[in-house]
Amino acid sequence: MELELFSPAEFAKDKILAIQDYAMLAGRAMGNLFQRPLYLGDMMQQADLIGFGSLPIVVLTGFFTGAVLAVNSAATLGRFGSLSLIGQLVSISMVRELGPVLTGLMVTGRNASGMASELGSMVVTEQIDAMRALGTDPIKKLVTPRLFATVIMLFFLTIISDLMGLIGGNFVSTLMLGLNSREYWTSAWQTLVFSDVFTGLIKPVIFGFIIASIGCYYGISAKGGTQGVGRATTQAVVAASVLILVVDFFVTRLLYVLLGFH
Amino acid sequence: MSAPTLPIPSADSAVAESRGDAIVFEDVAIAFDENRVLDGISFRLARGECKALFGVAGSGKSTILKLALGLMKPDSGRISVLGQDITDMTEAQLFEVRRHVGMVFQESALFDSLNVKENVAFRLMEEHDVAPEEIDGRVKEALQFVELEHTLNMFPSELSGGMRRRVAIARGIITQPDVLLYDSPTGGLDPVTSTRIIELIIKQRDEYKTSSLMVTHRLQDAFIMATHHFDKQTNQMQSLPRGQQGEVPMSFLLLHDGKVLFDGDAVELKKSQDPYIREYIS
Ligand SMILES: Nc1ncnc2c1ncn2[C@@H]1O[C@H](COP(=O)(O)OP(=O)(O)OP(=O)(O)O)[C@@H](O)[C@H]1O
Ligand SMILES: [Mg+2]
Repeated sequence: MELELFSPAEFAKDKILAIQDYAMLAGRAMGNLFQRPLYLGDMMQQADLIGFGSLPIVVLTGFFTGAVLAVNSAATLGRFGSLSLIGQLVSISMVRELGPVLTGLMVTGRNASGMASELGSMVVTEQIDAMRALGTDPIKKLVTPRLFATVIMLFFLTIISDLMGLIGGNFVSTLMLGLNSREYWTSAWQTLVFSDVFTGLIKPVIFGFIIASIGCYYGISAKGGTQGVGRATTQAVVAASVLILVVDFFVTRLLYVLLGFH
Repeated sequence: MSAPTLPIPSADSAVAESRGDAIVFEDVAIAFDENRVLDGISFRLARGECKALFGVAGSGKSTILKLALGLMKPDSGRISVLGQDITDMTEAQLFEVRRHVGMVFQESALFDSLNVKENVAFRLMEEHDVAPEEIDGRVKEALQFVELEHTLNMFPSELSGGMRRRVAIARGIITQPDVLLYDSPTGGLDPVTSTRIIELIIKQRDEYKTSSLMVTHRLQDAFIMATHHFDKQTNQMQSLPRGQQGEVPMSFLLLHDGKVLFDGDAVELKKSQDPYIREYIS
């Protein structure tokens, strides 16, 4: 038998085909939003699963991230005698960056993996084929509701995470650093300008799209039994997490250019 | 008033030819990587007929059923279902054809997040315009057909393999499709349960005149189907008297090496001198 050698051309072709498949899946899933039937029931069920299911971890991560931000920056700010800037610092970091990214990564861990394993097992047990045989488009019934539920829920989860971060920062600055709580909130609030809030709210929409489309893509293209489902799940989490961080950089940069520095 | 004369298409007209058949395969070939699974398969399934598909494991029986539903596309050749050429159809066009075709998958493929009732009702619920009371009624009827009325609220994971198979049959027949595709409906089941399932398939064939392709590993099942008919009075299958055997619309198709080795009725199969067939049916 011939020895199978690694061929860069084959590899590149595979990757390009995969990206093309992914783009088609994402495109069709979005297009379905404007076609009947809408599967509102399935969308609500997913929203419940993603939104309320992720609430505890989002609250916890948000709170402690804000708290640790306050602890760390207190050391630096204290040296310059400007401890009162803590509110601003926590607020800007949470709203612009850490709220969206951390919430996105948490929801990736919970739901991108869930989607990949659920759809993957449906593929290997022929449930997807059965669905097509019964006259239902699996992309419309399974992918579209997950995509939109994730985008909408991640948006609200991010807002909750931002708030929890501010509460965590307030907790540290009043109880541990002895700062005035009212002062903290005023500075945290006043420092935010339009571009911060806009950046912070556009990110979860993009990340939600990444999480659901990557999770569903790896699930739908799972091959090779239970082992394949396991592999799809891991790959989905890794791909979505990395993609979130990479896209985060470019979106941040792009919005700085578009909206200007403030 | 005299009845209007219906234009009866002559037997050789193209329309009669395509309308008369439930499924037609013409020189169909498909390969997975280097593995040429089907290599020029042609056969016809007439309306109302049941054809049993045989072949060793991996000979491509399930692949034929998936091709007939358009779940896969052949590399070459043409496939038509209920008079429509499905070879180049898009998924959206295929959904229209699939409304008339039911399939029972080899491993049942029940949706495990839905209970038995929702599984059986899936197709009706997806049509979005059937009243809930009607759905309930028809689900009960379909489950009665397979004698599983009591499992309505159970989940697939709570059922035995044979029960799952029968739920899958109920899901396949609920809309009374014109064509049914059964993939190994009796595989791995005890003789009592498989006889029950064979009886259901005979009932479907004789009472509702459904055309069907049935994949099976058990030759005796197909012979039972060739020698029995469904008796409405007793609600059971009955053996046909010797002289009438072969009068039921039952045929056999044997796959070997990606080709059709035999396609004909039970009598011809028993008479065949081909050494492979002799070994297969002995
Ligand atoms: N999606 C697929 N990808 C790759 N190979 C496949 C695929 N589906 C089927 N095959 C191959 O095609 C061949 C026929 O498969 P098929 O499932 O049709 O067999 P079968 O006759 O139904 O067997 P069994 O009696 O065991 O059910 C097998 O060798 C299988 O490996
Ligand atoms: Mg098979």
